[in-house]
Amino acid sequence: MLNKTVKELSDGLAQGEFSSLELSQYYLERIKRLDGNINSFITVTEEQALKSAKAADELRAKGQASTWTGIPFAHKDIFCTEGTLTTCGSRMLENFIPPYDATVVSNFKNAGAVCLGKTNMDEFAMGSSNETSFFGKVINPWSNEEQLVPGGSSGGSAAAVAARLVPIATATDTGGSIRQPASLCGLTGLKPTYGRVSRYGMIAFASSLDQGGPMARTAEDAAMMLNIMSGHDSKDSTSIVKDVPDYTSQLNNSIKGLRIGLPKEFFNEHLSPELQAILQTAIKQLESLGATVKEISLPHSDLSVPAYYVIAPAECSANLSRFDGVRYGHRCDDPKDLMDLYTRSRSEGFGDEVKRRILIGAYALSAGYYDAYYRKAQQVRRLIKNDFVSAFEEVDIILGPTSPSEAFGFNAKGDDPVKMYLEDIFTISTNLAGLPGMSLPAGLINGLPIGMQLIGNYFDEARMLNVAHQFQSITDWHTLAPENIALNNI
Amino acid sequence: MSIGPEDIRKIAILARLEIEDDKVEKISGDISNILSLVDQLQNANTDQIEPMAHPMDASQILRADEVTETNQREKLQSVAPNTEDGLFLVPKVIE
Repeated sequence: MLNKTVKELSDGLAQGEFSSLELSQYYLERIKRLDGNINSFITVTEEQALKSAKAADELRAKGQASTWTGIPFAHKDIFCTEGTLTTCGSRMLENFIPPYDATVVSNFKNAGAVCLGKTNMDEFAMGSSNETSFFGKVINPWSNEEQLVPGGSSGGSAAAVAARLVPIATATDTGGSIRQPASLCGLTGLKPTYGRVSRYGMIAFASSLDQGGPMARTAEDAAMMLNIMSGHDSKDSTSIVKDVPDYTSQLNNSIKGLRIGLPKEFFNEHLSPELQAILQTAIKQLESLGATVKEISLPHSDLSVPAYYVIAPAECSANLSRFDGVRYGHRCDDPKDLMDLYTRSRSEGFGDEVKRRILIGAYALSAGYYDAYYRKAQQVRRLIKNDFVSAFEEVDIILGPTSPSEAFGFNAKGDDPVKMYLEDIFTISTNLAGLPGMSLPAGLINGLPIGMQLIGNYFDEARMLNVAHQFQSITDWHTLAPENIALNNI
Repeated sequence: MSIGPEDIRKIAILARLEIEDDKVEKISGDISNILSLVDQLQNANTDQIEPMAHPMDASQILRADEVTETNQREKLQSVAPNTEDGLFLVPKVIE
């Protein structure tokens, strides 16, 4: 069961090789035994999971099972789960038990999947290393003699999947939070087109950028996840009314004639020679499958990080103003007046990075600065989007690096936040443009996994998954597991 | 654009955050660094460019004006830190 994909587990369940209960028990046992050293889970919902697994087996006995019935998985702790603690990695929500399910959570429940727990993350999804979680840092299972970060903010989901504590997990991406941890943990992760996956019940960070998506080992599993995560939701007014294709149906298509664009701004002198070589090898492999490559230009891509660090903090300062110590979340003891209640509850509940971003956002939106910062950033955002629109007139898909480097050590970025922000330099532009982006394993640097990024046109996830699946059919980077932990079978 | 400790104190009040005195210097330094990164935006020519609020420029979808939510006050208030008789409790606002 250890290295089986969702597809293989689903087949195994259908053929009676094992039951859902056995499968869930197997993974729960691994979590118990191994997660003490990884810290990828904030909450393990064993009792609930065993109950759902038994229910899945009963459904199967009645002949009513479908693809996802009885498949174990985990949710990032940003998705509200009715009756189950949902913290968003923050002290602010240390005791928050949502009275309702996020739409993504309902979707997995309706499909019959078995949730084993909630995964650790950077506080309110703000971070690229998982160091900002109130519940402690997550350790990358690929760590060697030095402890390494799993990336962030979906670092718990990535570490859990990489360590084979769950076959797949949900994740979210505002500036790279699915793709960068996928790159650093050797996984396949996809941020869908903005509006493809409902944000209802997904705790908001930056509403015009946030998007939920799959964290998996293979493109096929990611496609299967996207099938149940996607679709219009009347509870999310920004979700798009558009039919959901079967994302698995095009996986085996030939990519002969596919036009791949290589942005010259990504392949510049700042790209490390090791990563450059890995990407060139991957490009040659895709060419061997019949794809053609072409240099393209995204002239405004150097403005992505600056635009993001106005827009994301501005939206975060507005979204996080809801935490007031009155309706839910942390409340300080003995407030002396309303101002004291707000100020102390928020100051005690939020960590340093969250406070920093709220301050930037409040500043950028304050009187006299709105035009210079927020309006300007929204204009630049359109320029960035227009670059992509022009590029997609010439090519079908864009290829580049996901993260500038492989996994790094804790505190490696020092205490200058700008250094950490540049971790997302290749991923942020797709969030600003609303485009889908994915990362898939492309090689090893110093024995550690590194991803390549595919950026697709709007709603072209099926094509991206097709390219990724074809690449995975002639390479085995996605099958590699961290030796010390994951191969430790029960 | 650089931002001094006094500005930080002012924004902190707007954002209802308390910044400890010994952290103000560090935070204003960090935020000044971030703002100088952000200042690169000023180099971009954005004349005649419409600000972009939604990636798909989608418009708001309207639904029929029908009651869809039922009263779940007790359930929703179960997560509130302090309530009484169905009301949220806050410190006295009006003397």
